Amino acid sequence: MLRLPRFRMEIPRSADEAARVLRELGAGTQDPGVSGMPGMKVLMVAGGTDVYPNMKRRQLAPEVLVSLRRALSRDVRADGPASGATIGAGATLSSVSAHPVVRSRYAALAMAAGLVSTPQLRNMGTIGGNVCLDTRCNWYDESGFWRTAEGFCMKTHPSVVCRVATSSPRCLAVASADTVPALLALGATVTVRSAQGERTVDLGELYREDGIRYLTIRRDEIVTEVALPPAEGWRSTYLKLRDRGSFDFPIVGLAAAVRMDGARVADARVALTAVASRPILVDAAAKALRGSRLDDAAIEAAAEAAFKAARPMDNTSGTIAQRKRTVSVFATRALRELRDN
Amino acid sequence: MSEFSVVGKRLPKVNVWGHLTGTARYADDIQLPRMLYGRLLRSPHAHARIKRIDASRALAHDGVVAVCTGADMPERMGIMPSTQDEYALAVDKVRYIGDPVAAVAAVDEDTAYDALSLIDVEYEPLEPILTIEEALTREDVRIHEDSGRPANVFKDVHLEFGDVEGGFQTAHKVYDNWYFFEGTTHAPMETHSAVASYDGDGKLTLWTSTQVPHYLHRELEKVLGIPRSRIRVIATPNGGGFGGKSDPFSHEFAACLLSMRTKRPVKFTLDREEVFYAHRGRHPVLMHLRTGVSADGDITAVHFQSYLDGGAYASYGIATTYYTGALMTVTYKLPAYKFDGVRVYTNKPACGPKRGHGTTQPRFAFECQLDQIAEDLGLDPIAYRERILQPANSRTVNGLRITSMGLGQCLEEVKRSTRFPEKHGQLPRGKGIGVAGSAYISGAGLPIYWNEMPHSGASVKVDRGGGVTVYCGTSEIGQGSDNVLAVVAAEQLGVLTEDVHVVSGDTSLAPVDLGSYSSRVTFMAGNAVRQAAGRLRTLVVEAAAAKLGVPADRIALAQRRVYDLADPAKGMTFAEAAVLAESKNGTLVSVGSYKPPKDISGDYKGSGVGPTAAYSYQAAVAEVSVDLETGIVTVERITEAHDCGRALNPPAVEGQIEGAAYMGYGEAIAEEQVFRGGLHKKPSLLEYKLPTSMDTPEMKAIIVETIDPEGPFGAKEAGEGPLNPVIPAIANAVYDAIGVRFDETPITPAKVLDALQKNRSRVGPEGLSSQRDPKAAMRRLHATTDAREKKKVMS
Ligand SMILES: Cc1cc2nc3c(=O)[nH]c(=O)nc-3n(C[C@H](O)[C@H](O)[C@H](O)COP(=O)(O)OP(=O)(O)OC[C@H]3O[C@@H](n4cnc5c(N)ncnc54)[C@H](O)[C@@H]3O)c2cc1C
Ligand code: SF4
Repeated sequence: MLRLPRFRMEIPRSADEAARVLRELGAGTQDPGVSGMPGMKVLMVAGGTDVYPNMKRRQLAPEVLVSLRRALSRDVRADGPASGATIGAGATLSSVSAHPVVRSRYAALAMAAGLVSTPQLRNMGTIGGNVCLDTRCNWYDESGFWRTAEGFCMKTHPSVVCRVATSSPRCLAVASADTVPALLALGATVTVRSAQGERTVDLGELYREDGIRYLTIRRDEIVTEVALPPAEGWRSTYLKLRDRGSFDFPIVGLAAAVRMDGARVADARVALTAVASRPILVDAAAKALRGSRLDDAAIEAAAEAAFKAARPMDNTSGTIAQRKRTVSVFATRALRELRDN
Repeated sequence: MSEFSVVGKRLPKVNVWGHLTGTARYADDIQLPRMLYGRLLRSPHAHARIKRIDASRALAHDGVVAVCTGADMPERMGIMPSTQDEYALAVDKVRYIGDPVAAVAAVDEDTAYDALSLIDVEYEPLEPILTIEEALTREDVRIHEDSGRPANVFKDVHLEFGDVEGGFQTAHKVYDNWYFFEGTTHAPMETHSAVASYDGDGKLTLWTSTQVPHYLHRELEKVLGIPRSRIRVIATPNGGGFGGKSDPFSHEFAACLLSMRTKRPVKFTLDREEVFYAHRGRHPVLMHLRTGVSADGDITAVHFQSYLDGGAYASYGIATTYYTGALMTVTYKLPAYKFDGVRVYTNKPACGPKRGHGTTQPRFAFECQLDQIAEDLGLDPIAYRERILQPANSRTVNGLRITSMGLGQCLEEVKRSTRFPEKHGQLPRGKGIGVAGSAYISGAGLPIYWNEMPHSGASVKVDRGGGVTVYCGTSEIGQGSDNVLAVVAAEQLGVLTEDVHVVSGDTSLAPVDLGSYSSRVTFMAGNAVRQAAGRLRTLVVEAAAAKLGVPADRIALAQRRVYDLADPAKGMTFAEAAVLAESKNGTLVSVGSYKPPKDISGDYKGSGVGPTAAYSYQAAVAEVSVDLETGIVTVERITEAHDCGRALNPPAVEGQIEGAAYMGYGEAIAEEQVFRGGLHKKPSLLEYKLPTSMDTPEMKAIIVETIDPEGPFGAKEAGEGPLNPVIPAIANAVYDAIGVRFDETPITPAKVLDALQKNRSRVGPEGLSSQRDPKAAMRRLHATTDAREKKKVMS
């Protein structure tokens, strides 16, 4: 078995304490764009299903891990249908996907959380960790030995080129979290806590089109909560392309949500993952749908918009053409499903 | 009522508890006092010369106890004595990324891991050879300088039987297609693991997850330079093998040498990535198949050419090369047959035997082409196959002896079960059904090293309480070989399998069996145990007959009783009879052995690969649906019938059919061992797309019994053959669904989508790429081969 590198573990008992520890350890000043991913000395860990495998492969080599197990709420709270829902960042994907309120009002999220990897990983993996999931690339998600043989790349060694496109000024690693497009389609915001205080961020603002600095928040900012607006009138769904019926990361993930006002679409959102370095909320698709009767022409226009927005690179399983094409097929299928059900 | 009391009964496997609960003691479970942990340093270069290795920094590292390198074991080794081109650890050169260069033993795994980076190796990188074409043409870059063949050719073989030219001339039509079968790997659940312990008395014990303890025993003697009499190899239960644990491996030698050096036990357990480098999996094979057929579909001649991408070392490659040609003749009538096989070296992990060894790829090509022929003839593909079957009790054009032959029954069974003729060609677009047949050997007719000794030996002991112990050198790899031996012994002696204790895979305790490869154990070891137990049965029967005062031929043994057939109430327990027999004859231990008969092959150079005492046959039907928008192929159902002679234990046979079918399904749909610039593209179970339980289709396994005249109780193999028809059946079903012929594997959604969008009727290779005029290269190759053959004849 691959071995974990040696590290120290801090286990703060509250979000406040975690924020303090992270400040004391100087986590906020870390910049993977400068140090490379293995250069980050302090990292948060929640379920560890992303962090530990990456450490075993030496993509990460932190000196200190700050465990969020005790610091984060795991609760899903929702009152009447007129109010929204809040999900503690420590909630496991299993509990999110099984939660009755999530299932009935936020179907896309329940589906997406339920489609992550395997039951074992869903029992450990948290929604906070999923939202902050490292970007993926098949030149990067490899062992230390493999990457030594290859000669490394920008994401671990900023002075080296990107292997996917050697002239690319930035890392093209892929945003791969399943729940994120669902959350985007549902209009989620996240609460972020650090020693400087707490703020609320639109989920879409959390990401950046950069495979290394893929999060806009600092590395000492803890995602403590995911909040969903009231779901009244909304219908949503999620479709995932993966090679197998379990285990695999998405190579296309598409969430769609619509709110009908009579026969017309009052509002709509279409969001993608695994086709760029950041998750994408496809505004042009929403525009094509709003005011329409969710007729085939509107759906086709939305699918075309999603197709255009998708910019997959050759660094996951599958091919670029296949993944792009599947985006438009999924957009069509998702929207038809929302229309017909 | 059946004539048997154990054979053919749906009984649980003898070792099922350990396998199901994880209490079976695998090699990595072994913990010995003072044990050290080893790790291999592997080459980061696909092709390089080793200029210098300096392990002094590693040796000085706290917790490191010993280090060894290729220089410590300079003896050549390899599974096939005629083509030994490997070293325990690389000497002078490395030939693929992952080639083991040095080994460390340390007090714990972390220290061993850390120490690897302290071994300084200076390499001089060489240009790597990565494709079949390059290997055939690049005289200037030689992976094995002393191979004695042009460019990077490992082996080329040429055989011709019957009037091939005439056959093509009289043909009504000649089908001429190229096929490509992608390389795949075994991916056993248990990664390779070995523990070596060298004792103060100069004796070495190696516990290892190997399929071939006997062959490994020989290589250890050679490489370590200590007599075999002082080495004991114990094959621990393999957590799956599938052919991937049939070679001697670096970590096994390193564990032994480091234990000899340190006088402490040393354990090596490979990590998952290392298993992808150790490989020895399915060869990628480019194939050219020309088949002449008469107006009504009879085959008039076949010319088959295979180009095998062998990777960096020989492994079983010489056998694999012949196997791509040999079994083409045993299913359908072929009056004339020509075979040219070439295996090349490339700078990638060595390929070797994987379930179906060398026969899977040509079977894919042949069965896909037959589908096309049947279509042109306007015949149902099952009806067509039934028309051209090779008969039972016959000789093939290449001299192979066929005895029991159940392909016809297999086809009949799958036809009936799936209602094939009502569906084929008549399903809506996107839905399809396909069929294929195949065959496999029940053990190779010859051992890998030339000798006249038995292929399988066994001894059986009966104790005074009626317990039976079977000793046999076979290796239990999860296929149920221990159970087969227990069933045979129990049936012979009239006891139950739970009364039988099987001691297998131990070179000191058990007589030699050549190993768990080529699906030989049921047939060969089964016959050896049958003979050994039969000898004790005679003694027990005689003793009981004397006691009961009835003639011996009236004595029966069943359900732990020895009794008078005419009066079943008259009798005694087996234990009582055993005591009588031991009192009369002395200790009840007997031996048995088996060797395949001599007249099962033709007499020509290369005739040693292909013959077997009995061929198994199988037919599979796949039903698929293709998502026309995403290209996703869903295999809804596989129905497979397999002629195993006689099912000694039906659930075990069904399990083998299912497991093989699922393995074939993975190869057809997703799996590929592929490389980017010499570096494995997906050396993990996340990226190497082994099917999960969510993907595997519904499966129906049908047992066909032909009661083989020479098999133990009529049994033949069930371990490998059932893989073969599944892949072409799926390809043919995909054709039925969308009208696209997949002449290459795997059939991925991306390829399907591409074909549909571009309106292609076929996806497959066009031949050898013409870039560097490989035809010229092949002419050169044949010219030099001819010259060499001529020289041999002259000298
Ligand atoms: C084999 C395999 C398959 C997988 N398949 C999928 C898949 O199909 N889809 C998918 O989406 N994911 C998949 N994953 C990834 C992972 O399991 C999930 O994304 C999971 O939700 C991660 O959550 P975690 O709590 O385990 O995260 P961790 O591993 O603990 O953390 C992940 C990242 O988020 C950061 N982090 C964690 N919590 C917080 C927080 N509250 N605030 C700020 N930063 C935080 C960590 O520092 C780290 O950078 C797979 C993983 C494996 C090993
Ligand atoms: S996209 Fe480029 S830089 Fe980023 S991980 Fe992949 S190879 Fe490295």
